[in-house]
Amino acid sequence: MSALFAGIFYIAALILVVGVGRKIMQYARTPAPLKIPTTPAPVTQAGVVIRMAQEVVLFTSLFKANKWIWIFGWMFHFALLLAFFRHLRYTISPDSFLWPIVSFELVQAFGKYASYAMLIGLGGLLARRFLVDRVRYISAPSDYLMLILLLGIAGTGTLMTFVAHTDIVMLKAFVLGLLSFDIKPLPTDLLLLIHLGLVALLMIIFPISKLLHAPGIFFSPSRNQVDNPREKRHLASWAAKYDAENSK
Amino acid sequence: MAEYEIPELRDIPIIPKIKDGTMAHSSPFIAKEPLQVALGYPGELVDNWEEKALDKMDDLRGRYRSLQVYLDTCVKCGACTDKCHYYLGTSDPKNMPVARQDLLRKVYRRYRTFAGKFWGKLGMPWMVGAAELNKEVLDDWYSYFHQCSQCRRCSVYCPYGIDTAEVSMAAREIMSSIGMGQKYCNEIIGKAQTIGNNLGLPLPALADTLEGLEEEVEEETGVPVKYPLDVKGADILLVTPSADFFAEPHVDGLIGYGKVFHEAGASWTISSHASEAANFGMFIGSYENMRTLSQRVRKAALDLGVKRIVFGECGHAWRVAYSFLNTLAGPWDFLDQNYPIPQHICEYTYDLIEKDKIKFDKSENDHITLTFHDSCNVARASRMGDKPGGQFDIPREVIKAACNNYVDMPEDTIKEATFCCGGGGGLLTDDLMELRIKGAQPRMEAYKKVVEENGVTNIAAICAICKAQFSKVLPYYGFGMTDIISVHQLVGDALILSDAPGDDDASDGSNE
Repeated sequence: MSALFAGIFYIAALILVVGVGRKIMQYARTPAPLKIPTTPAPVTQAGVVIRMAQEVVLFTSLFKANKWIWIFGWMFHFALLLAFFRHLRYTISPDSFLWPIVSFELVQAFGKYASYAMLIGLGGLLARRFLVDRVRYISAPSDYLMLILLLGIAGTGTLMTFVAHTDIVMLKAFVLGLLSFDIKPLPTDLLLLIHLGLVALLMIIFPISKLLHAPGIFFSPSRNQVDNPREKRHLASWAAKYDAENSK
Repeated sequence: MAEYEIPELRDIPIIPKIKDGTMAHSSPFIAKEPLQVALGYPGELVDNWEEKALDKMDDLRGRYRSLQVYLDTCVKCGACTDKCHYYLGTSDPKNMPVARQDLLRKVYRRYRTFAGKFWGKLGMPWMVGAAELNKEVLDDWYSYFHQCSQCRRCSVYCPYGIDTAEVSMAAREIMSSIGMGQKYCNEIIGKAQTIGNNLGLPLPALADTLEGLEEEVEEETGVPVKYPLDVKGADILLVTPSADFFAEPHVDGLIGYGKVFHEAGASWTISSHASEAANFGMFIGSYENMRTLSQRVRKAALDLGVKRIVFGECGHAWRVAYSFLNTLAGPWDFLDQNYPIPQHICEYTYDLIEKDKIKFDKSENDHITLTFHDSCNVARASRMGDKPGGQFDIPREVIKAACNNYVDMPEDTIKEATFCCGGGGGLLTDDLMELRIKGAQPRMEAYKKVVEENGVTNIAAICAICKAQFSKVLPYYGFGMTDIISVHQLVGDALILSDAPGDDDASDGSNE
């Protein structure tokens, strides 16, 4: 079982890193030939950083659009972040300089109860897919399944935190072993295996699904461009050839 | 007026329930062979169009980061679903921005993503929102990508800034390239590229019109305000939508620009070569056509030896001018760098107001109470002045300088949240009349509110399309077709011409 899961995680990690890396390369290499920030837009690069930070941290555009999606979506994502910090405890050795931060009581407590927020957020988003006719119309089976997958991960995680603990010391040895390519035994309770299996699945589908919104937002020209077309001439590589054709 | 089902104007707008297929019949006329060929596209639907369409999609994905990122990142959250005026006015779910994008995205997913190819091979592409490209899908493309006015309202609300305009433009370019171009746009681009303006006005007609305007204005004011054409060595080149030369209420705006230039003592000219501000190359998503049209402005500026370029009131035109002109036709190193290049006529007038160089008799406009329609592409795709949001403040400041009674429409229908007039983005054609009427509903609802609650009598705009669209659509909703006016009509009516004969009393009421 340990070898199987170790194998799955190595493959999943490889797909995640290579897949997302390739998409990021593609986005970065594709030119944006025209200035298309959605205005009013910042007129300086620093302003763009602030705009992007607000979008990523607070979901400002979504807040303007729809309070229900915002509250469920933001709750889920923020809880995910807290849970992520909590999980660092299982991957970082106590010798690490990060350990004092990771083991900080507040991080652990917030991460623990974030699981409820995550379930509520995901549940709300799933309910909207069924209940709002417009959202139902635009939902494919994969859109429901994505939420169910996340609910599965959050649900098994919550159960392990509050109901049936796994052997966390053993799990941590397995994880640290993975990181140093030294496979250690993995606890075999079903909840943990489901939890880990679903996480691996999430990693695998990340680069081939709408989860690409995570790197994608940083490359969205309507959000990441400076509004200065009159001040500074913007020219894409492929468009520059026209300039050469008629030098005045 | 032809018979159409007119949407009701409600006091409290409610998001409509979806009604599948209500606008599936709405499609503009397809461009015939000569119109297509003139722009470098095949004359009719090519044999292997599926393959060609996918090739073109790949080409565009490689050239436009926006398209590639927007095809990948949508999570179907639903934030945009109630933001499009065409959805609100028609209830057709394919007019929800995400569903409109999905018409192209599902094909991208089917043929160019792992998930789509995998499930496609199993015969279940719908599992992951993918679909085969067939004639039915192509017909949907033609219909619904011509039900988007590229107004960008959806992009304001999308958490990733996905702009349906980018997707619509790409889809139209794909369709043109396989022989399914749109008649209205392609015809106009053809005229603009050969004659110099969208209306196809040749030089003599243009000269005649401007002469007529001079006579009219002199008769009315006693002041010899000039409307110069092709004057070499003028300081300012005015590029304005050709509708300004003929159509009502557009021409009153042009009269206003002339009065402002006259009062400022500016040396200016219109060019017959670039007698069009609008650039329909953007509507069909063609960088090349957009660039060809923009180059006419460059040539005119060089040939006439001007120092500055000012654009008249036009929405999508201002987007191309403000956001793209430097890219498409720059660098503008031969112009006077002390002024914005190009400058909007509202910026020009506002600057004179700020410097106290022009004066108004606001009482000339006391018979009207005004509201302002933010044109979509000015609001969300451009700027005026040097601060973000100047495109909202400057026109309002100009209006308030010329008019005592001003009221804004509800906050969620103006500025960045403004509704398109319903006729933008290459849809201002009679073959799309039903769509135009229904798409105007959200704007009409907001207008009705201030008409009833604040006694508003007129709505001003700074866009040739908005003006033409409103004069056509307002009557369907029970308003007067002359409710719509140009901002520079207000300016022109209230501007005090210092060389006017006699004092103010003498000229009173002469413009009624």
